[in-house]
Amino acid sequence: MIRRCAGGAVLAAMLAGLVPVPGHAQSGGMNPGGNTQVMRMGPGPAATPVAYVNGMPPVMDHNTYLHALLDEFEARNGVDGGQFRYDGQAWFGTDYDKLWLKSEGTVGTNGRFGDGDHEILYDRAISRYFDVQGGTRLDIDNGPTRAWGAVGVEGLALYFFDLEATAYFSDRGAAGRLQGSYDVLLTNRLILQPQVELNLYSASDRARRTGRGLSDIDTGLRLRYEWHRKFAPYIGVTYSGTFDQAASMARARGERVHDVNFTFGIRTWF
Amino acid sequence: MSTRSLAGRGAITRRRFVAGTGLWGAALAASGGRAFACPPASGQPDPTPGTRFDLAIGPVPVNVTGARMRAVGVNGSTPAPILRWRQGDTVELNVTNRLREPSSIHWHGIRTPAGMDGVPGLSFGGIAPGETFTYRFRLHQSGTYWYHSHSGFQEQTGLYGGLIIDPKDGYAQRFDREYVMLLSDWTDVDPEDIVSNLKFQSDYYNFRQRTVGTFLRDARRQGLAETIRDRLQWGAMNMAPTDILDVSGIIYTYLINGQSPAANWTGLFRPGEIVRLRFINGSSMTLFDVRIPGLKMTVVQADGNDVEPVPVDEFRIGPAETYDVIVEPAADGPYTVFAQAEDRTGYARGTLATRPGLTGPVPPMDPRPLRTMTDMGMGSMTGGRMAGMDRPAPPADPQGGTPAGVKDMPMGGMDMPAALPSPGTTPRPGVEVQSVAMMPIDRLAEPGAGLENNGRRVLTYADLRATIPGADPRPPSREIILHLTGNMERFIWGFDGRKFSEAEPIRLTLGERVRFVLINDTMMEHPIHLHGLWSELENGQGEYRPYKHTIIVKPGERLSYLVTADEPGLWAYHCHLLYHMEVGMFRTVVVA
Repeated sequence: MIRRCAGGAVLAAMLAGLVPVPGHAQSGGMNPGGNTQVMRMGPGPAATPVAYVNGMPPVMDHNTYLHALLDEFEARNGVDGGQFRYDGQAWFGTDYDKLWLKSEGTVGTNGRFGDGDHEILYDRAISRYFDVQGGTRLDIDNGPTRAWGAVGVEGLALYFFDLEATAYFSDRGAAGRLQGSYDVLLTNRLILQPQVELNLYSASDRARRTGRGLSDIDTGLRLRYEWHRKFAPYIGVTYSGTFDQAASMARARGERVHDVNFTFGIRTWF
Repeated sequence: MSTRSLAGRGAITRRRFVAGTGLWGAALAASGGRAFACPPASGQPDPTPGTRFDLAIGPVPVNVTGARMRAVGVNGSTPAPILRWRQGDTVELNVTNRLREPSSIHWHGIRTPAGMDGVPGLSFGGIAPGETFTYRFRLHQSGTYWYHSHSGFQEQTGLYGGLIIDPKDGYAQRFDREYVMLLSDWTDVDPEDIVSNLKFQSDYYNFRQRTVGTFLRDARRQGLAETIRDRLQWGAMNMAPTDILDVSGIIYTYLINGQSPAANWTGLFRPGEIVRLRFINGSSMTLFDVRIPGLKMTVVQADGNDVEPVPVDEFRIGPAETYDVIVEPAADGPYTVFAQAEDRTGYARGTLATRPGLTGPVPPMDPRPLRTMTDMGMGSMTGGRMAGMDRPAPPADPQGGTPAGVKDMPMGGMDMPAALPSPGTTPRPGVEVQSVAMMPIDRLAEPGAGLENNGRRVLTYADLRATIPGADPRPPSREIILHLTGNMERFIWGFDGRKFSEAEPIRLTLGERVRFVLINDTMMEHPIHLHGLWSELENGQGEYRPYKHTIIVKPGERLSYLVTADEPGLWAYHCHLLYHMEVGMFRTVVVA
């Protein structure tokens, strides 16, 4: 699922206005079941069921795989002190069906664990590059706990953009999250990754410091070195900001609304 | 299971030095049956054919890269012993499994009754640990073949060996000396880890993606607009033209007769001798391009069947294929046998010399190929289709520029009168289908990616002409059209957009004559192997079409072959890239 491609120019062209590409729309739905696979010119033999010896299939193409990716595991240093942040995912399952876990959170200078978002999802592959996901999001941290229903998509948009878009529902209203990233290969091991996460809410939740409308953005530009495919240290600059009502709440608490940090961490997976 | 001992060796460092000697465990004489006078590492087959062999599958300690590993071999050796049989004989093979997991041996390309073919689940129940299975069958054919495990990933971990069947009426070409040249790809990484890594990140082993650096260089050479257009074209498909082989020299050490380039397998000769080299590609995932600088090779046999001699400088050999070539070194040499991987991330190397210890010059690897829009099934620029026609060959690029074929190629709607249309059963893009070849073409007369215009005479499939007419003159009664499909991004491979477990078997009536038409919708080569029955490649040679057991289908290619379903049973039919097969590029063919 993770794929990288090169070329800042491609990124530039995308930002310049989404070049139309003929004939490569995402296909919706899974592989159709009704395709005739054998075109017969004459009569074929009758279909009798095939019995495999000892019920043993000759190849095991339906295996399950377990992977976990810790995309961000980083210290952030700004004028107000430091933060620690992590963002990871894990999945277990087959090509089509997976159990998908997501977790992220931030520990502030004061030791407060915030922005704790944990999701448990069922994931289903639906097209060449996209999966749909549905399940539960639990906000568990030092603030009050919230529970949401979650439904979204995750995959690879054209031009190798990694994209996650999830909508959440609860008795407190609705929320949405959009995450995207892109790998720019400076070399085959030195990779520059712009990344952004946006959170939107239909209603403010003062206790959780989220506000109606665009509540917060967390974005970064990270330069990692894939010393090993599965272990890459990085440095970067991150920006986190609150907007709209969330910004008002932050100001009222005497907190910064916009925060730029120097960041270093590791990206790792198995 | 014994292959688990490879786990934990997965560290990929930036550059691996071949520190080990690469010498394999010497073959221990088999108990009973036959002694193998010549260890398989020598490449020298026993000169006398045998009929009864005791083979014990078991763990074998090896050191290829400098790390001590445990491989799977036969009679204490990997590669497994070279077996020599005689056409017309009935052979008996007592195979004992000394592993802690089930095993099997498949006699690749040998026409046996279905129960002797050695595919667990189809032919038999496999060989349980501690058990002995006796294979017994009569040999109707002759030629160079090989044998390997059909259980899990044991083929990758060392269970493969050469196999020679002497023709009962003698050889068409005289030769003074012969060597088995068994090519393979060894890795210290556990195959289970490889497939898992590829499922997570399909370009895990590709450290030659295009970068900002190659972008700038291409922009300088071809102009910024052109380069952006090229990158957008590939980006719009979420595909990379650098996808050549899924597993690369970053973890593979390429071997000849089990010996690494550093160990330098050496075959001795006397000047003026006629030497028959029996090339076998026993690798799991590697297409090799083979040449011997300074020596003309005359191809005399393909997949065990004699062909009209073709003098060449170089040939491509896909996994599971075999080619016999004749060389006549007039001088002392030494001559380097150079077999570079298609993606140019490494090579196997050996030497033909007049005495041990000599080394010839090792040529630099060729520029690596890049995939083109023709590979993507967009047809060719001339719309050519007939074998033998001249085609524009996209030149390989030293480090990743734009191949010439791409730049004037619109994405679709081209005027391509001569290309063969896809049939109505074309798969639709989806989870298991990343792309569909819109204009698949005949590519039999092309040497293959990275071999065009290299100044050497390279063998093509169109060159292969059998020395005897086909045995079955009947026209096919029907066509079976299959698309080779896959999604590189998810590392799913199959036929017609379906994995093995999702598909019905292919059913043939005993005795019927059918035409298989293969259309490769993917951007990689797939060596397709049909067990038990010959695949008669329709390459323009009329009734002298070559009989093959494994056929490489190039990206964006449409080819066909004829099959006579003359042996009943359940037969395996699959891509012989091991990891493609194991994730589903497999069908059962039922002949009843």
